[in-house]
Amino acid sequence: MTELEILEKVKPIIADKLGIDQEQIKMESNFINDLGADSLGLVDITMALEEEFGMEIPDEEASKLTTVGAMIDFIKNNYKG
Amino acid sequence: MQNLKRVVITGIGVVTSLGNSLDEFFQSLIEGRSGIDFIRGFDTRDFAVKIGGEVRNFDPTPFISPKDLQRMDRFCQFGVVAAMLAYEDAKIHLTDAEKEDFGVIIGSGIGGVNTFENEYKILLERGPSKVGPFFITKLIGNMAAGQVAIFLGAKGYTSDPVTACASGANAIGDAYRRIKYGNEKFMLAGGAEAAVTPLALSGFAAMRALSRRNDAPKLASRPFDRDRDGFVLGEGGGVLFLEEYEHAINRDAHIYAEIVGYGASCDAYHITLPDPTAKGQAKCMINAIRESGIDITMVDYINAHGTSTPANDVAETKAIKEVFGEHSYRLVVNSTKSMIGHLLGAAGGVEAAVTALSIDKGIVHPTINLDNPDPDCDLDYVRGEARKVNIRYALSNSFGFGGHNFSILLKRLK
Repeated sequence: MTELEILEKVKPIIADKLGIDQEQIKMESNFINDLGADSLGLVDITMALEEEFGMEIPDEEASKLTTVGAMIDFIKNNYKG
Repeated sequence: MQNLKRVVITGIGVVTSLGNSLDEFFQSLIEGRSGIDFIRGFDTRDFAVKIGGEVRNFDPTPFISPKDLQRMDRFCQFGVVAAMLAYEDAKIHLTDAEKEDFGVIIGSGIGGVNTFENEYKILLERGPSKVGPFFITKLIGNMAAGQVAIFLGAKGYTSDPVTACASGANAIGDAYRRIKYGNEKFMLAGGAEAAVTPLALSGFAAMRALSRRNDAPKLASRPFDRDRDGFVLGEGGGVLFLEEYEHAINRDAHIYAEIVGYGASCDAYHITLPDPTAKGQAKCMINAIRESGIDITMVDYINAHGTSTPANDVAETKAIKEVFGEHSYRLVVNSTKSMIGHLLGAAGGVEAAVTALSIDKGIVHPTINLDNPDPDCDLDYVRGEARKVNIRYALSNSFGFGGHNFSILLKRLK
């Protein structure tokens, strides 16, 4: 999957969990500073993305994925289709 | 000793099986309509009990965003919506400084049992890493009070009494005391419960506490009737906006009633059964009346706990007679549970609301399904039609598993 394809899949999930418009979500968006997530919301998004892509995002990795772009990179590099 | 403050009810919000607006709710009670029906929230095929007072067509979205909804159990949503409705009804706009003196007490008997069931299923089926980050904050019973405080910026005393079916009355009584003793000026207080769930229904059914009149849901809750066979599980929320009297007068607020007494006691007898001597329940009512300093003959109406269980209705009747003697045959008693079932921790909130509305409107709703009164239940329970009553003082009773008894005494001001 390309980054853009992944972005289109993660947008509705992030928007739903944070109660925001999909248009607000950019590659460079920081979950907490730009999108208004709190720490619990970030866990919630991470778990939903694990479901969507059928993969594990370990806690120590997740804590580094502070932007949408970083999250998408991780998914792209670890997604096993 | 500081000056004691007077406390009045200036806002009411309810969410029940009889509609979400206050007018629709009270009018339904006056017409004797039952909100009890077959349970539709889940498949009751294997359940001994298939009936309940479910809240249908509940729309929290005017008050709660989709994001916040995902973070709240159903009980919490009921509490938040009831509180927001009460706050709206009070037509007040508190300043930031006033919100320092604004508190919230919303009791719940069980809390987020629906969340508990769903997440425990996930734990068993998919493992611990799949339990969500909002499990705990949706489960815990204090979160209705916590969320309301966040929504409205209430920075005074917030709490959640957990006294089973008396939680709502416990909350209102404690809130009344907070204002009376000058701690806060404004309180939202009441109860919220959403326990019409598979696990809770199984548990109450196992206790043989519930009516099994599955073929006739609207006839199942029949307080004080000879053929009653248990209570009907209901759900919802009931919250009052309480305000210091002078403040309410100065802003020309509509005052439903004044709170003038709060009585508490414990049966210290059995985990579920009321003490058959009814001394604990009587003491609770006496304590409320004593605080007000009025004569017992001034009490014209009692909104009874009236659960429709064989034990409660006899004990409560006995307690009323113990307290009021001959006057117990002159006052009127009714049971709101005959129409909406037993809302557990929310019951005291909704029923205090009904008591205040009855005082305000000068009319009491009937106790429905009272076809053949139990010979041991010989008071005037308002059989048949609603009745106009010029209420000077009224009691709202709530008794909970654990033997917790609470009575709130209200006074008409007009």
